Amino acid sequence: MTKFGQTVEKEQKSAGKVVAWILRVGLAILIPVIAFFFLYQGFLFLRAGNAPKWVIAVVAIVWGVGGVAILYYLFNKLVESLSPDWTERLQPFVFVGPAIAMMIWFLALPAVRTFYFSLFGRNGPPALPVTMIFTNPGEYFTVVAAQFVGLSNYAAVFTDRLMLSALRNNIIFWIGIATPLTVIVGLLVAVLADRSKFERMSKSLIFMPMAISFVGAGVIWNFIYEVNPPGTPQIGLLNAVVVAFGGQPHGWTNYTAIAPWNNLFLVIIVVWLQTGYAMVLFSAAIKGIPEEIIEAARVDGATEIQVFFRIMIPHILGTIITVTTTIIIFTLKIFDVVWVMTGGQFGTDVIATQFYRQSFINRNSGYGSAIAIVLLLAITPVILYNLRQLREQEAFR
Amino acid sequence: MSKFSKILGVLVLATVILAACAPATTPPPATAAATEAATEAATEAATEAPTTDCAEGYDFGEIVGPAGGFLEKALAGEYSGTTVTVDGTQTDPDDRKMKCGWAAFEEATGITVNYVGNKEFEARISIAVDAGQAPDIADFPQPSLVRRFAEQGKIIDVGQFLSDDYLNQTYIPSWLELATMESPDGPIVAGVFNRYSAKSLVWYPKDDFEASGYEVPETWDELLALSDQMVADGSTPWCVGIESQAATGWPATDWMEDVMLRTTSLENYDAWVAGELKFDSPEVKNAAEVIGEIWFKEGYVYGGRDAIVTTFFGDSPAGLFTDPPNCWLHRQANFITGFFPETAKPDVDYAAFYLPPIDEQYGRPLLGAGDIYVMFNDRPEVRALIEYFTLPNSVSGFLAEGGAFAAQKSATPEMYSIPLEVSLAELFGTATSFRFDGSDLMPGEVGAGSFWKGMTDWASGSADLDTVLKEIDASWPE
Amino acid sequence: MNIGRIKRSINALLVNGTLILIVLLWLIPVVGIFVSSFRQRFDIQTSPWWNVLPHRGWVMTKTIDPRELELDTNSPMTVEGITATFEEMQAGVEEGDTRLVWIGNRRIGNIQIQKKDWIMPGGLTLDNYQQVIQGKNIRITHADGTVQTVRGDDFSVALLNSLTVAVPSTIIPILIAAFAAYGFAWMRFPGRRFWFILTVALVVVPLQIALVPVLRDFAGLSLNGTFLGIWMAHTGFGLPLATYLLFNYISQLPRETLEAAFIDGASHFTIFTQLILPLSTPALASFAIFQFLWVWNDYLVALIILGPDPNVRVVTMKLASIVGDRGQDWHLLTAGAFVSMLIPLIVFFALQRYFVRGMLAGSVKG
Repeated sequence: MTKFGQTVEKEQKSAGKVVAWILRVGLAILIPVIAFFFLYQGFLFLRAGNAPKWVIAVVAIVWGVGGVAILYYLFNKLVESLSPDWTERLQPFVFVGPAIAMMIWFLALPAVRTFYFSLFGRNGPPALPVTMIFTNPGEYFTVVAAQFVGLSNYAAVFTDRLMLSALRNNIIFWIGIATPLTVIVGLLVAVLADRSKFERMSKSLIFMPMAISFVGAGVIWNFIYEVNPPGTPQIGLLNAVVVAFGGQPHGWTNYTAIAPWNNLFLVIIVVWLQTGYAMVLFSAAIKGIPEEIIEAARVDGATEIQVFFRIMIPHILGTIITVTTTIIIFTLKIFDVVWVMTGGQFGTDVIATQFYRQSFINRNSGYGSAIAIVLLLAITPVILYNLRQLREQEAFR
Repeated sequence: MSKFSKILGVLVLATVILAACAPATTPPPATAAATEAATEAATEAATEAPTTDCAEGYDFGEIVGPAGGFLEKALAGEYSGTTVTVDGTQTDPDDRKMKCGWAAFEEATGITVNYVGNKEFEARISIAVDAGQAPDIADFPQPSLVRRFAEQGKIIDVGQFLSDDYLNQTYIPSWLELATMESPDGPIVAGVFNRYSAKSLVWYPKDDFEASGYEVPETWDELLALSDQMVADGSTPWCVGIESQAATGWPATDWMEDVMLRTTSLENYDAWVAGELKFDSPEVKNAAEVIGEIWFKEGYVYGGRDAIVTTFFGDSPAGLFTDPPNCWLHRQANFITGFFPETAKPDVDYAAFYLPPIDEQYGRPLLGAGDIYVMFNDRPEVRALIEYFTLPNSVSGFLAEGGAFAAQKSATPEMYSIPLEVSLAELFGTATSFRFDGSDLMPGEVGAGSFWKGMTDWASGSADLDTVLKEIDASWPE
Repeated sequence: MNIGRIKRSINALLVNGTLILIVLLWLIPVVGIFVSSFRQRFDIQTSPWWNVLPHRGWVMTKTIDPRELELDTNSPMTVEGITATFEEMQAGVEEGDTRLVWIGNRRIGNIQIQKKDWIMPGGLTLDNYQQVIQGKNIRITHADGTVQTVRGDDFSVALLNSLTVAVPSTIIPILIAAFAAYGFAWMRFPGRRFWFILTVALVVVPLQIALVPVLRDFAGLSLNGTFLGIWMAHTGFGLPLATYLLFNYISQLPRETLEAAFIDGASHFTIFTQLILPLSTPALASFAIFQFLWVWNDYLVALIILGPDPNVRVVTMKLASIVGDRGQDWHLLTAGAFVSMLIPLIVFFALQRYFVRGMLAGSVKG
């Protein structure tokens, strides 16, 4: 959007370009703004009313969803009423603009801000009015420079013992163990279900944990990991089994004697939650393999295992990559399960819990921001890989 | 499009159906007559005013604010119709007790106090303040957190409208010292204390305890002798549980502070809290070893060493109330009564004794912790409520039901409704010194981080004491 | 031929057997809370949930006060024909179908004589659900006859709030993302590639970093604590993934179909609404499920944007507050957790049939 400032040219074409850019930017911002205004007015109206709660809920839903749809319709009508030349110029921005504007507001700008904060100390950059840059630049920059700490927060990230163990957990347990486990179990279920009579039912049941919130999952898994003093009945399933085989009951997720392997008990929860996602996608991909190819291989005397490795795997490789990358992104950002189950204690901290604690509980905004940026950077290779894949697709040639 | 709109239709329809059912939820067909009773009770309750949730004796009569102050004006109705928002960590049943204490204020002034609290308070308040969305008043259980906000200049100085004379008249010096904090513009009074809980208590099952012929110990040696006796009698003396989800380990820090006060001087305690006396010092190490003698001794703790870190602190005293008791002694602050079974009666099923002194030269110290009310937005009605918090009337909900004591000097024994609490309040009158919960004063990285974590690791046996203490020292922010 | 048939049935057995085993493993935790949600508080805390099945266990037949027997607890004692030391009795002495247990200590304890017998299930109740769903005071009669009045948790209002949050937060981002995906896939405009790369890059931004700035902006617009605010937040946070996945699908649609429509003179808008949206139903439905699940199960965004005002509390906040308030009130937590699962499950089962194709577009071709 910065482009239009530089084009002050003589040709009419260029002048048209400038106007086009202004209009495009305007459209991208105008649609959300107008949408917001209408929605907001509707809300004020609703809030003033005394209708029963459910009426308000339904009206709000229809108003919100309908409002957005109508806006697209109206703006498109507006743009289409222009000359075909202008329609062609502006229409893409009716389509794409609102999405970009929202993403910049909610994600891109905060990311830039976080990076800026990460270069400052505990209290963040000085809270000076921005206008001071123009009225008193000397003092402004002196104050900013005084609190500027450069990359020292980043140095701290890679030397802090707790941060290092968080990085280790993210890399070894979450990416190294949780991700492949989810993918493998998901693939296994997808393949088995495909050839089973109970396909629908088994897929539904495996998917079910996805419907459970992390708070709920914490409750559920407490019934597995709960520990009672030895000699009393164990109400946690795992300990009941362990005791039945003559073992000692433990709290598992907080059993630090086996640290860092107590992380595995958190990994199990996430595998349980996420396998449904992997399975659904794999299952659909397997359905996409032409039946003739598999039959032909079987006729040629290939065993089921050969069919699986030589035909199925190559065919659904794309899906495997998509699923793996999304799960890697998810596990890098993992927060809720750890926070709910252990709060990051017992050596189970991950990057996101460290970020949350440093930023919001210790109020160390510089350090917290640096952790967030490290998390972003850690995910970058995954994006780069994804972008490369996209480039290979025809749509972007 | 048609399929998609069908889905949309299904979703909207589902909302309508659910919504239509929701407000008039028909009770599910239950087996017992309990359902009938329940619906009956529900209809009764619907007509009752919310204040009926409060226990008897929560109304202390007339409110008298500081002369010429904002509370006086509020009582004259000047700010009637305004609203003050208070945020905090307290949830059921504490939020109810708080609201009971505020009901008289609301009634007399016409100001609405809107309490919005939940457990995620620490993170929430941080985000809200940074976003310029701070509540009018926040109830902080940890003064160390307030210090951060004060340093960053986010807090209103209540010293602007509460005179030093008035504050000295209302609070003992310890509370005032704690409330005074550094801000970018010099020291400010960052808030007012309201209620406190006393930590140096050991709870025991009174009836069974007496039936067994046990006696309340007066010295540490007697306490250990009693524990040995219990072991010899075939039972387990102690229940210890320090599990508390993300805050696991905090009950262990209370043990440390109580023992520190009993094994070393107050100066050393203060130096320790300020970060000048290292965790790695002989004094601190000795305190931990004294605790270890109870925690790790074979047969002393119900469930053994493993149970310490895996038992939820609120479930831990449950052993006192089994028949016969699974354990006999439980050291915890007086708020723990809120976790006792509803059927347990004070002075019958349970009572508490003062955690005995270890070394006579250090007297009878008392460890406590209190909530500080901090002001973020400066409006007259907010000032009026802050002034109200300096009166014991604002703690009436707790005094009527138990669970906390009033921090104001003007609180009298007659204000307490529960005899056990009166006797505890009197017990503290015999204390020779008072100190605030050290971990709540240490920087968050330590007091709500490495200290908890270190104690947990040590208790579970995953790290030895020396390692743990060094790590806590290392985590102290510059 | 015969061998082939045997081989095939062994195969089927293997396939179904493994599948059932995995499904059972997946199911056990859910069954655990489902059963527990019907049990009484005391039962949940003292016995495992699988005890609701008929099982063999020790049933007390008789209690003896040891003080009446005037026993010397320091040497082996004989009670009811069983001789053992105090320590042995504390651990429990078994003889055939009888067990003798000394409960408590030497001073105040009693001796229980137990017999092994079948224990039938019982004591299941709907009270937990009632207490969780209703917002009014509820009177509960305990097994021992005492009556207790408790405040209900009022999930009904929270469920309504969750739906009000989740339905638009699912549909609005999908609508916006579908437009954008179409634009990226089938329209030519300057900066297309740059904006698209930005979109993909934003998929990975952790939303926690946006909380403070978004809350501040919302404060200026007085959107905090409103449904509109949280719709916008979920839309903003969900858009990158939605756009990326829908692009994958929409860009793979057969080019000829679209070209034919263009030749017929249809505008982009007409093509989008009349052709693309119906063709993309599977992708839209499958993403709708994921976005709906995500929003429904979200706790952090709701906590920050909606705030703790009880009038707008959503289900996850309600559930978290039970965890926080009551410590280990398992009977309410389990019922609450189950109630909170119901709507997402209904949505899943309703939209499941669209799940066949969709999410994986672009990768099927491999």
